[in-house]
Amino acid sequence: MINIDRGAVAVWRRNADVFFKTWKTNFLPSIFEPLLYLVAMGLGFGGLVVGLRYAGQPIEYIRFLAPGLISISAMYGGFFECTYGSFVRMHYQKTFDAMVATPVSLEDVITGEIMWGATKSLINSTIVLVVIMVMGWLLFPEILFTAPTVLLVPPITFLAGLMFASIAMIFTALVPNIDSFNYPFFLLITPMFLFGGTFFPISQLGAAEPLAYILPLTHSSVLIRDMSLGTLSYIDTIATVYILLMTAATFYLAIRLMKKRLTK
Amino acid sequence: MPPVVVARDLVKKYGDLVAVDHIDLAIGKGEIFGLLGPNGAGKSTAIKMIQCVSPTTSGRLEVLGMDVRSDGKEIKRRIGVAPQENNLDPDFDVIRNLTSYARYFDIPQDLARRRADDLLKFMQLTEKRDTMIEQLSGGMKRRLIVARALINDPEIIILDEPTTGLDPQARHLIWERIRQLQREDKTIILTTHYMDEAEQLCDRLVIMERGRVLVEGLPKQLIADVVGDCVMEVIEPDGDVADRYFRNAGMKVERSADRLYVYSNECKMINQEFRNAHPDIYSTIRPATLEDVFLKLTGRGLRE
Repeated sequence: MINIDRGAVAVWRRNADVFFKTWKTNFLPSIFEPLLYLVAMGLGFGGLVVGLRYAGQPIEYIRFLAPGLISISAMYGGFFECTYGSFVRMHYQKTFDAMVATPVSLEDVITGEIMWGATKSLINSTIVLVVIMVMGWLLFPEILFTAPTVLLVPPITFLAGLMFASIAMIFTALVPNIDSFNYPFFLLITPMFLFGGTFFPISQLGAAEPLAYILPLTHSSVLIRDMSLGTLSYIDTIATVYILLMTAATFYLAIRLMKKRLTK
Repeated sequence: MPPVVVARDLVKKYGDLVAVDHIDLAIGKGEIFGLLGPNGAGKSTAIKMIQCVSPTTSGRLEVLGMDVRSDGKEIKRRIGVAPQENNLDPDFDVIRNLTSYARYFDIPQDLARRRADDLLKFMQLTEKRDTMIEQLSGGMKRRLIVARALINDPEIIILDEPTTGLDPQARHLIWERIRQLQREDKTIILTTHYMDEAEQLCDRLVIMERGRVLVEGLPKQLIADVVGDCVMEVIEPDGDVADRYFRNAGMKVERSADRLYVYSNECKMINQEFRNAHPDIYSTIRPATLEDVFLKLTGRGLRE
């Protein structure tokens, strides 16, 4: 664990260099996806929704949805990068082997990869935030976030990114081959995408609501929504503590399992 | 020559498999040292322990006077490794493969760029500076891997099968560069399956099998000790006339699919006598090589 130093930064830099080499093609999906969601779900579907309440106040559906899109992109950014991305570098490109032949330790490699995953979360979800603000300014005043706490959203997406990247890295340390990532996506990511407080308030789940609090995405989406809308409550403290503890635990486990997989 | 790598009673186990079985090694500064052996002999495992990426099971291993168990980072800072498997970074072009690798050593970027350009010249890759890795030929990739191993100006250079699959021109370039590096007082540890390469390059070598060191010495000395000056080859695909002839004479022969090998310092005379007795069977004599040593010690059976 203590074997982490500047090497992790060099690993992060390597991934950042590759990403920014082709940044135009990398940014496009992050811009268009939230646009499509805002129009289809926010306007099309949202038009059917009446009487929605959040934090004790009535709320337009599109205003409820928009922060959810930021949370989703924070989750996908880190999770994709540290499953498929890291696995390709580890298994097919042998990039990890090349790195650990230098003073960079295996712990540095995993830490750098997870930091990069979190950076992808930050980049992708900040693009979504910008798209929402531009749309709010031009077309839908409902989603123009004016609370000063919206400035906390990018750092929160980085923190959430660390959590999802660490969880992803655990799977990368365990899967026998790249196709096996279907399981965590099907069993973990899709349920979170749907039930993590993104498309509807988890109070709609009724008796199953406490179960939603097991899911990591529920906590990051609560936090991101409350900071976007300025609707702070004690739940945000719980969510923050949850994310910090979950990140620490999964990061530790990811490094342990990766060392087990790669040290021969 | 002060030793730069010292192994004492070194062991590496993978579960029940003993990959390196109580070996002793001492590699001197400035030497070109060869690690030879059939597939699965434990060469690569030994190298992985020396480069501090594979932990030792037991025994002692010191590199540049430091213990591999506690000083891995510092050791790795001062050695360069050209691995057997191509692990160049396919996301970068040639020059950035070197400069991004330099960053793992914490080398300042302007120094890294200067060294990278020098190394491209050294390995005759300057024209390919901005080419992506997938567009390089196999020989260029090997040369780039050797160049990359030199980016941190290492004291010890580990070359794991540096010329496998290369055409003769590329092989000779790499040989020449290895000698040049030795003149710069670098220590070179080399594994290879090509016995002519080992014979030409290595000051000293060991032949390993099943995790153990079979012999150690200077190539010429090993040939003289194990095989003798010359080898007589007899080709007799069907029949065992020659076989019986030598057995009756009390001489030791080795057999491959279609020929017999007679190792002896007197093979000139033996060949003459054999021809007189059996003028219809083809036989010839040639100088002994390291390949004879290798095959004699490790046998002719295939390894998988």
